[in-house]
Amino acid sequence: MTVNVVMNEQKPVTGIKLTEQQQRARRARSIAIAVSLGVLVVLFYIVTLVKGPGVLIRPL
Amino acid sequence: MSVTLARAEPSIASVGDYIELMKPRVMSLVVFTAFVGLLIAPGHVHPVIGLTALLCIAVGAGAAGALNMWYDADIDARMTRTAARPIPAGRLLPGEALAFGLTLAIGAVVVLGLLVNAVAAALLAVTIAFYVVVYTMWLKRTTPLNIVIGGAAGALPPLIGWTAATGSVAIEPVLLFLIIFFWTPPHFWALSLYRTEDYARAGIPMLPVVAGDQETRRQILLYTLVLAPLGAAPWILGYAGLAYGVVALVTGSAMIALALRVHVERHGHVASKQLFGFSILYLFLLFAMLLVDRMSAGLFGHLAA
Repeated sequence: MTVNVVMNEQKPVTGIKLTEQQQRARRARSIAIAVSLGVLVVLFYIVTLVKGPGVLIRPL
Repeated sequence: MSVTLARAEPSIASVGDYIELMKPRVMSLVVFTAFVGLLIAPGHVHPVIGLTALLCIAVGAGAAGALNMWYDADIDARMTRTAARPIPAGRLLPGEALAFGLTLAIGAVVVLGLLVNAVAAALLAVTIAFYVVVYTMWLKRTTPLNIVIGGAAGALPPLIGWTAATGSVAIEPVLLFLIIFFWTPPHFWALSLYRTEDYARAGIPMLPVVAGDQETRRQILLYTLVLAPLGAAPWILGYAGLAYGVVALVTGSAMIALALRVHVERHGHVASKQLFGFSILYLFLLFAMLLVDRMSAGLFGHLAA
């Protein structure tokens, strides 16, 4: 059995189409958010190592 | 009747615009003074916890800057000095700045509370709220005392640094608070003397706009006369050594001499520009000397032991 897939059929673009500048800016912002979240994860990991497993069990 | 719903254009804001929103120059001074507060505190703080505290304080300061730029976008657009900021320049929407500022503010306070301690987190929250609500939303547009009272927000970071290390407040960091508190008016009034037209155009009741040039010069001198002895107080009260005392006395005398020149100058802005520039160096030197003093005391203590 063969399945024919039409590869070059293009769907009409709906909604907002980003310009190249907008795409570049969005990509840079996404990377910055990812890096920030990564730093936060690493920070919590290291502080957990420093404070020990009972990191949240202490007098405030 | 037809209603047209305006749809916002997709954002073109760059990462740099968001960084600019956090006022990195102000942030660097905040981090430096908080760092000094953290290091001169008694006892030992783990470097990771200390760095975490500084990171949270930096992000909290950035959040306050972003929320300030969100609220003050109309004023910023009318002033030459601030017209190129991301919102008035059209690179960032006010809503984006508001969301960014709130996210950072809540994040910084929560992380500081979870990883360092609740007292420092509470102080950071108070600082951000004071700067945004009391200074930006209320005082800045209503009274010439805006930077006097609002200056408290900028003076709190060493106290936050100290509490991050100790979990409590003491006289020593309160002294640092007072130094920055009394430093702020002469510093900003010296700037406002040669930016009076800018402030007047934006409708901000800075002292030279409301009370005039001469009264501002007099107030600068009065505040500097309080500031200089306060700068030397850590040495007088025995919290810092002789080296700090000498630097505080010499630079404090220079501050008074410059403030006197501003008072005598009457016209022109040479002296006020000099005072503005030197005031930054003055504050930096005081805090740097506290740091040197504490580090050298620790080193000598180590060698003696």
